[in-house]
Amino acid sequence: MNIYLQKITLLLLLISPLLVSAAIDESSWKNAIKKQYYAGKTIQESNDIIEIKAPYRAEAPALVPLKIISKIAQTKNRYIKKIVVFVDKNPFPFVGEFEFTPESGKADLAMRIRVNTYSYVRAIAEMNDGKLYMSKKIVKASGGCSAPLGADLDAAMKRLGQMKFKLGNAVKEGKPAMAQLLISHPNITGMQMDQVTRFIKKSHFVDQLKVTFDDKPVLTAKIDIAISSDPNFRFYFMPKKGGVLKAEFTDVFCETPTSRDVCTKGKSYSSSYMIKP
Amino acid sequence: MKNQCCLFFVLAFHGLIAQSEMTVSEVAPGIYVHFGQHQLPDKVNHGAVANIGFIVGDTCVAVIDSGGNPDQGYALKAAIKRITDKPVCYVINTHVHPDHIYGNIAFKEKGVKFIGHKKLARAMSARGNYYIAKAAEQLDLKLTAAHIIPPDRLVKNHLAIDLGGRRLILTAQPTAHSDNDLTVFDKKTDTLWLSDLLFLDHLPVIDGSLKGWLEVMQKLQKQKFTTVIPGHGAVVTDWPNGLTAQKTYLQVLLTEIREMIVKGRFLEEAIEQVGYSEKDKWQLFDQFHKRNVTTAFAELEWE
Ligand SMILES: [Zn+2]
Repeated sequence: MNIYLQKITLLLLLISPLLVSAAIDESSWKNAIKKQYYAGKTIQESNDIIEIKAPYRAEAPALVPLKIISKIAQTKNRYIKKIVVFVDKNPFPFVGEFEFTPESGKADLAMRIRVNTYSYVRAIAEMNDGKLYMSKKIVKASGGCSAPLGADLDAAMKRLGQMKFKLGNAVKEGKPAMAQLLISHPNITGMQMDQVTRFIKKSHFVDQLKVTFDDKPVLTAKIDIAISSDPNFRFYFMPKKGGVLKAEFTDVFCETPTSRDVCTKGKSYSSSYMIKP
Repeated sequence: MKNQCCLFFVLAFHGLIAQSEMTVSEVAPGIYVHFGQHQLPDKVNHGAVANIGFIVGDTCVAVIDSGGNPDQGYALKAAIKRITDKPVCYVINTHVHPDHIYGNIAFKEKGVKFIGHKKLARAMSARGNYYIAKAAEQLDLKLTAAHIIPPDRLVKNHLAIDLGGRRLILTAQPTAHSDNDLTVFDKKTDTLWLSDLLFLDHLPVIDGSLKGWLEVMQKLQKQKFTTVIPGHGAVVTDWPNGLTAQKTYLQVLLTEIREMIVKGRFLEEAIEQVGYSEKDKWQLFDQFHKRNVTTAFAELEWE
């Protein structure tokens, strides 16, 4: 960089805090996340396959509503196979990996996540032909007094394992129908202060989730501590006539919040919902 | 942009006041409060926004909330020295929020016991690292683990402490504003230090349980107090009238969010639609309301 450019840069830094904050760095994506999850792969940045929607200002960093909207129909020949979500600057950036099938109807997703700081949130769609498309969005986590945990840990602990399905009133045969799945789980990050660790020992979170309709997979997910306590997902499925919507999840305990090398399996939970013809 | 500049100077001006000698008011005999300004904690006020203060007994002093940054803690300590030569024997933290505990370090010395709700230490442990990172990012404060000082004594239900001729009854409240709210009652003057269980003018902030908070209010409303000290806002001398505005706001949230859930509406919709009839009644509504709806919605989904 020549001196003239440096001066311009310095000037910009001085006069325009807005410009500076808009250009948030993507180094953790470029130097770490992409290398770890997509080494040697080409990812096209585009909102034509999926588009990520999240509030710019995350009012409650513990619970940021995140939506991923798919722009193509799930057909046998062409469909979104997988969507992976990351929050660049979270202590553990991987949020989750969600697998879809043509039977999903629509690869839309909504969830609630934890965002620790001013960061890009990104979703990468993998097509059935292997092509990769990425949509990203900046989220600014505000509110310093509410940490990215749940507000009432004990309440979440008491009902751990409970599940609820909620279905929109317009469930029509042959049309993708939206379902909402509520899971009660504190999803403990394990990000406690080492000086006072006797209270919360480990990360303890939902790691596998599988939703089926009449035993056929609708949504299969691998998720992590960036999912808010009481995980909440909205997704689509194809309700043939009647049938059974079933959710199963497992949780896990990990020694540290930022590594998945030493973990022990927790329990499995399942819940079913009858859809009448 | 013009407005932002004005705002900046106003905040800078408040910041200067906070750094000079701390003003405290004697709201009841021997009970002193420094009243915070209704501001978002930021790099100008360095988090010094809450009401903090102390109660003086015949033998010693109890600090109630130490301030939003170490300097404010030292300023509070200096204010105590100007008023009495009695030593500080207790620091009572009413809950975990940074604007109430970051002055703790100023009082960390032999002979001073820190007291908090039975869940305060856990909350400090779970939030400590995050709080320290946020202090650097949002408040321009360089803090370390040494600044997060857990209580020496935990209050399970009630605890009476004696300041010499003056007994304070500390009560661990169920989850309400936070999951570790502690109230302080001074028998001598019939004063209840409610801290953040009561907000006036500054929008109430939910970081615990909406329903829990309404229940605690229901209980306190039936009792009589001469003086009540909120965590944010002016002192209340017409209890329970001082509670009305907050109760209305929280009740509106409860009613409207329940309606949304029954209708099968989503969180994102509730954030945009619930509670806006209350907007003009509160300061910092834009800063805290959506967050309140979010927290309350997540709670009410599971009733
Ligand atoms: Zn508070």
